[in-house]
Amino acid sequence: MKLSMMAAPHLRSEDNVRKIMLDVLIALSPAAVWAVVSFGLKALILILVCTVGAEALDFFVMRFVRHKKTFKPDLSGSVTGLLLALNLSVAVVWWQALIGIFVAIVIAKSVFGGLGKNFFNPALVGRVFLLISFPVQMTTWFSPFDMQTTATPMAILKQGAPRVFSLQEMFLGTIPGSIGEVSALLLLLGFGWLLLRRRVSPFIPIAYVGTVAIMAAIFYAANPGFGSPLYHIFGGGLMLGALFMATDMVTSPMSIKGHLVFGVGCGVVTMIIRLFGGYPEGVSFAILIMNAFVPLIDMGTKPKIFGKPKKVKSNA
Amino acid sequence: MRLPTFRGGVHPPEKKELSQDSHLSVLPLPERVYVFLANHAGIPAKPVVDVGDRVKTGQLIAESGGFISANLHSPLTGEVKEIAKYFHPTLSKPDDAIVIERSGDDEWELLQPAKSYDQFEPEEIVQRIKDAGIVGLGGAMFPTSVKLSPPKEKKIDLLVINGAECEPYLTIDYRYMLERSEGLVRGVLAIMRALKVKDAIIGIEDNKPKAIERMKEATKSTSIQVKTLKTKYPQGAEKQLIYALTKRKVPSGGLPLDVGVVVDNIGTAYAIYEAVELGHPLVERGVTITGEGIRKPLNVVSRIGVMAEELIGHGGGAQETVERALFGGPMMGITVPKTDVPTVKGTSGITLLLKSEPLEEFPCIRCGKCTFVCPMNLQPFLLNLYGTNRLYDAQVENGLMDCIECGSCSFACPANIDLVKNFKLHKRVYRSLKGGAKK
Repeated sequence: MKLSMMAAPHLRSEDNVRKIMLDVLIALSPAAVWAVVSFGLKALILILVCTVGAEALDFFVMRFVRHKKTFKPDLSGSVTGLLLALNLSVAVVWWQALIGIFVAIVIAKSVFGGLGKNFFNPALVGRVFLLISFPVQMTTWFSPFDMQTTATPMAILKQGAPRVFSLQEMFLGTIPGSIGEVSALLLLLGFGWLLLRRRVSPFIPIAYVGTVAIMAAIFYAANPGFGSPLYHIFGGGLMLGALFMATDMVTSPMSIKGHLVFGVGCGVVTMIIRLFGGYPEGVSFAILIMNAFVPLIDMGTKPKIFGKPKKVKSNA
Repeated sequence: MRLPTFRGGVHPPEKKELSQDSHLSVLPLPERVYVFLANHAGIPAKPVVDVGDRVKTGQLIAESGGFISANLHSPLTGEVKEIAKYFHPTLSKPDDAIVIERSGDDEWELLQPAKSYDQFEPEEIVQRIKDAGIVGLGGAMFPTSVKLSPPKEKKIDLLVINGAECEPYLTIDYRYMLERSEGLVRGVLAIMRALKVKDAIIGIEDNKPKAIERMKEATKSTSIQVKTLKTKYPQGAEKQLIYALTKRKVPSGGLPLDVGVVVDNIGTAYAIYEAVELGHPLVERGVTITGEGIRKPLNVVSRIGVMAEELIGHGGGAQETVERALFGGPMMGITVPKTDVPTVKGTSGITLLLKSEPLEEFPCIRCGKCTFVCPMNLQPFLLNLYGTNRLYDAQVENGLMDCIECGSCSFACPANIDLVKNFKLHKRVYRSLKGGAKK
């Protein structure tokens, strides 16, 4: 009998980071499958290139650049890759997507110290980089199945064109848009899985979508040209962003109060961009902007320590 | 109805089924016992016997060394063989112990007089508890008489008896509640008399329905209440237990007596009954011998200072693939490097765990699990970040000293970061940096 000296506790939960990442991948898979079904082979290529490429690049950086000799793939790269892919138009070419992956994994994540240390959601940094670098492909949209070039619901709203998409189409996902954002139903289904597995708190999406709905309702009441609340909720990238990008653990606040503040902030910025900005869509920018406020939000929403009379002051 | 509990906490596998149905067995007397002078929190006791002296069971062998200290009594009738250093299970280093070898019959030297608790004055009960060397048997080993002598300005109105036994695997309090309920109740009544309080609550987790039923039955004709608590770790932690039962919050850095409460453990209450009504000094206690590494898990009453190896033998011996031997349960228990380590007054269990997969450590992904489970509402990830960057002052500002070391954060962490282990170290570093060095 050889006894080891170890520190308590001697029981640990079965959880680990890799399992969390796997659950996120599972949660995103319905939307990914729908992307391939509705946008075809090109969507499949984008998804594979991004997911495999990101995981491989993450592994390469950890093992050979940062010399973490015991590093084993943790699937966090795949999550970033898949999220980026789902945020692209099918017009984007595979090598352009790879550039986005490089920016996401190397510049947005590894440079900051790798998993858990980055301030900004890597997939969104990659997406915004592509949006600036390849504006044509990033904003050319195809309608699903027949692959006709067309405008997205949010762009239609921006151009003041008449509304051509029904709520049902937007909810089910037979609309043009980024390959993974179109079906609110499948995204909600995936999010349900994360909730079921207790991987995520629902408060960020609730606050985010709620804020968008309230702001949209106010402006819609003043002028229907601004678009109805449901149109704003289901017509663009909000569902994908609110459910899967804003909830990224690394780049969102820690407490429930923080989640609410963060969600409301995302909602306000999104609506300002959508209603008054130059872009038809504002989810990516809104989340990235709010990412920058996370340390501040965390500091302002520290939980009250049991038995302490008031909030602990911190100058750290 | 929602059962009373606290915010946070975790649900580790309970594993009570291993030993919960094993009746208390009184073990044959050991040949030798090793009684540490540090058998309580505070100042070690001072020996009053010499090598070669003959002692009776229950005879004083070392006396309290100060205010926070406790008497020690011989657990055996026999001869003092040596006073030498043996490996101490909770200090995790060799420390002075009085070694007594058994010879002849088990003759007791009792504390006099032994009579019904209500024939003692409150002060006499406290004195008896002090004389009997009674300390908190839940594990902290804090001298009970000190707890029962609160400063004048603190008004105590409630006694809480901790029957939560939230630590996985351990079932000794459970067996005492089932099999020793009458003595236990008399012990609780004795403490109530000592404290001059009218109310007492026994809190028991709802995974022990038989114990709840038994204690309700046993307390019927008294003012003692039995309350069912939600099963959640660490329900038995003092501050969390008081909060669950009374909604009173022990202030940060404070003690239960700051909210008018004294908390004692089941084992302690029973030991007080034995001291007051039977005149027994604290020389034996109940121990659960359990874990997947034990062939026959069981609950025993054994003399203090018996080697763990001997207890493991009574449990049918250890499996070959045992990797860890713990004094205590798996959440807060301490590993020992070998099994020939003697028990102390606070040893509630010996848990043998089998070889487990080595844990793969990941970076913190700020998932927030640790903050959601922390029963003290701390932010373990933040404390750890400060600690690894040696920002000890920032750690303390953010509540390092409020950490009760329950291990819920480490249990829950999906990155398998040794949070609580780090906090224990950081606390020591901070204390020694501030000059108030504590061993």
